[in-house]
Amino acid sequence: MKTELPVGIINRENSGLKKLKPDIPRITVGLATCGAAVGGTAIYERLRESIQKRNPDLSLVPTGCIGYCREEPIVTVAHPGKPLVLLNRVSVKDCDDILNAVLSGTVPHDKALCRIEEWDHLMGHNITYGRGFDEIPLYDEIPFFGQQKKVILRDAGIINPEDIDEFLAVGGYSAAYNALRNMEPDTVLEEVEKSGLRGRGGAGFPAGLKWRITKEKKSDKKYIICNADEGDPGAYMNRNEMESDPHMLIEGMILGAYAIGTDEGLIYIRAEYPLAIRRLKHAIAEARELGILGENIFGTDFSFDIQIATGAGAFVCGESTALVASIEGRTGRPHPRPPRLTDSGLWGKPTDLNNVETWCNVPVIIKNGSEWYRNIGAEKNSGTKVFSLVGDVEKVGLVEVPLGTTLKRIVFDIGNGGADGKAVKAVQTGGPSGGCIPLRLFDTTVDFESLNAIGSIMGSGGIVVMDEDTNMVDIARYFISFATGESCGKCIPCREGLKHTLILLNRILAGKGTAEDLDTLKSLSETIAATSLCGLGQTAPNPVLTTLEYFRGEYDSLVKL
Amino acid sequence: MDEKTLDEIISRYDSPSGRLLGILSDIQNEERYIPRESLEMLSGKLNVHLSQLYSLVTFYSFFSLEPVGDHRITVCMGTACHVKGAGEILRNLEELLGFPVGITEEKREPVTTDDNAFTLEIARCFGACSIAPVLRVDNNLYGYAKPEALPTILKEYGWRRDED
Ligand SMILES: Cc1cc2nc3c(=O)[nH]c(=O)nc-3n(C[C@H](O)[C@H](O)[C@H](O)COP(=O)(O)O)c2cc1C
Ligand code: SF4
Ligand code: FES
Repeated sequence: MKTELPVGIINRENSGLKKLKPDIPRITVGLATCGAAVGGTAIYERLRESIQKRNPDLSLVPTGCIGYCREEPIVTVAHPGKPLVLLNRVSVKDCDDILNAVLSGTVPHDKALCRIEEWDHLMGHNITYGRGFDEIPLYDEIPFFGQQKKVILRDAGIINPEDIDEFLAVGGYSAAYNALRNMEPDTVLEEVEKSGLRGRGGAGFPAGLKWRITKEKKSDKKYIICNADEGDPGAYMNRNEMESDPHMLIEGMILGAYAIGTDEGLIYIRAEYPLAIRRLKHAIAEARELGILGENIFGTDFSFDIQIATGAGAFVCGESTALVASIEGRTGRPHPRPPRLTDSGLWGKPTDLNNVETWCNVPVIIKNGSEWYRNIGAEKNSGTKVFSLVGDVEKVGLVEVPLGTTLKRIVFDIGNGGADGKAVKAVQTGGPSGGCIPLRLFDTTVDFESLNAIGSIMGSGGIVVMDEDTNMVDIARYFISFATGESCGKCIPCREGLKHTLILLNRILAGKGTAEDLDTLKSLSETIAATSLCGLGQTAPNPVLTTLEYFRGEYDSLVKL
Repeated sequence: MDEKTLDEIISRYDSPSGRLLGILSDIQNEERYIPRESLEMLSGKLNVHLSQLYSLVTFYSFFSLEPVGDHRITVCMGTACHVKGAGEILRNLEELLGFPVGITEEKREPVTTDDNAFTLEIARCFGACSIAPVLRVDNNLYGYAKPEALPTILKEYGWRRDED
């Protein structure tokens, strides 16, 4: 199959492999938003200047984030034929030591976190970096990494997101190439259906089914959209996916466009993500240049291109109908469904909308087959999910695990429990639409049904850990204040109901509440959930309802009973 | 904004999808806020009613109709930051900059110092939750923010304590 690839692309792939496994030492610096913010940028600049002066033959490249955010800034060193070594918590003053070590054929051992001898990029090449440095632990021996399964984040933090050659070198675009040349659109669609992939944006709607509905609509024009609004506070996996491996998203969208039959795709991304926007634009330009986007992709008669539309700071714009209104240049207020986007979406045309991570799952499914994919995860919840594990947890970071993994495993085995030795009390999942889950329910598995059953949701995958010092009534107030501020104001239950909920919570927190207020709080919440127009209002009371249910004692102690 | 700059911005958008918000963002990037004259000019050029443009800039929190100070300080009030003490950071900043404590959360709109040196505002999640609490000054993110470190950060942007 490979020999069929256009010569230009094969050359780029080979050049990418050389960069990843160079004949000269390769140093990378994690430059996703958070790594850059805690010093990565300064480290990169410092290394660049020193390399220029001392030995311009070293290779220095920016990467995205490998997910262990607590250990940023992370620098990696790969000597030819030796393992890739991760250095953690690097600072500018370590740069000279790093370079001295690299120039004498080794790595600074006091900074070494772990080594990677081989890496399965899953899409093609299984790269063997080499052996040696046995005294540095292996990647899998680090609990934070060892218990994860990286499918979506397989390349994050390892390849240069601003260099299409490296993406090609790890098997990127091979699924799209193979599909466009050798598979019928229907076959691609069937594979996605059989994989059981469910939308990663919150509701878990089967992706293949949504694609099919859009495909079967008769229309001269159709659109596909990527929802990169990532409005949930506390969730940042989509940002990392775009910053660390933007071509993965583009490849997923090409496959979707081919299966559904459309020539135009859009990525709606929040303006708060300038680096992700920049890297996506760069990746789109690189793909166009190689004929991977645009007219007659890979020399076939299939044409497809992607544009970027930026949001402007309204949480409700993540909701599908509001998102479309926003792209059309209107205020992002939801409208009742039906009509669904699949019937009448962007500019009135059938439109398929999926979350960033949903699209990112598609290339591996097509490459490795639906059966391979279904073997990961749980019953009716196939595949992995990337979670952002943040808040009062020791090992903060992005965690990718098979669906069906327990909260306990994520928070304690991977996250190592509370930060600063404090006891974990609860986690909040699903952002403002989710709920607070008490420690005693941590045997719950993270999948769409289990979390719903206990009043929360998976949402986009934010997991905010809260320790013993957290006041759960205050957390409920925080979320209601967030939702009140973000309500678009179109319907009364949400606009007025949330405002009153907030007043009640403030009163209770000020010690002026009564037992009756708690009853009002509950019934008001239920009414808002039942009568609001869109998902924002329907789910906004969840943090109140779950804290009332699981932490009732905290409310009781604040009111005069 | 002169007509030529606006024309150039408009010319960046040849597809209708995402066009208006894109143009408005670019105007704001250029001017640091959205001046009324630019909106009027845009309304004429695109044949979009001024009231529609106004409804956009007031709906989306990213846009500001008021000029902002020389430096724009944005405090993340997302969940992770809230849990990690963003409220205290915000109150400290209000105090250091001489605003009434609590004003930014109450007004939910940017507030600017009298000398126009600083604008303080709150935002939901920057997506840098792993280094919470986070604040942004102009285009620079500061993670693991501690109240004690705020004066040092502010000084990088020319702030001095009254008694200094
Ligand atoms: C208030 C609100 C905000 C939302 N924000 C997002 C978001 O930021 N990203 C996202 O992918 N989906 C978001 N959604 C869900 C989308 O409406 C939609 O279901 C999803 O993008 C579909 O993609 P999926 O099927 O791939 O999950 C939001 C929904 C609501 C009600
Ligand atoms: S539920 Fe809230 S956000 Fe949704 S349409 Fe109604 S007012 Fe707007
Ligand atoms: S919650 Fe503050 S950056 Fe995400």
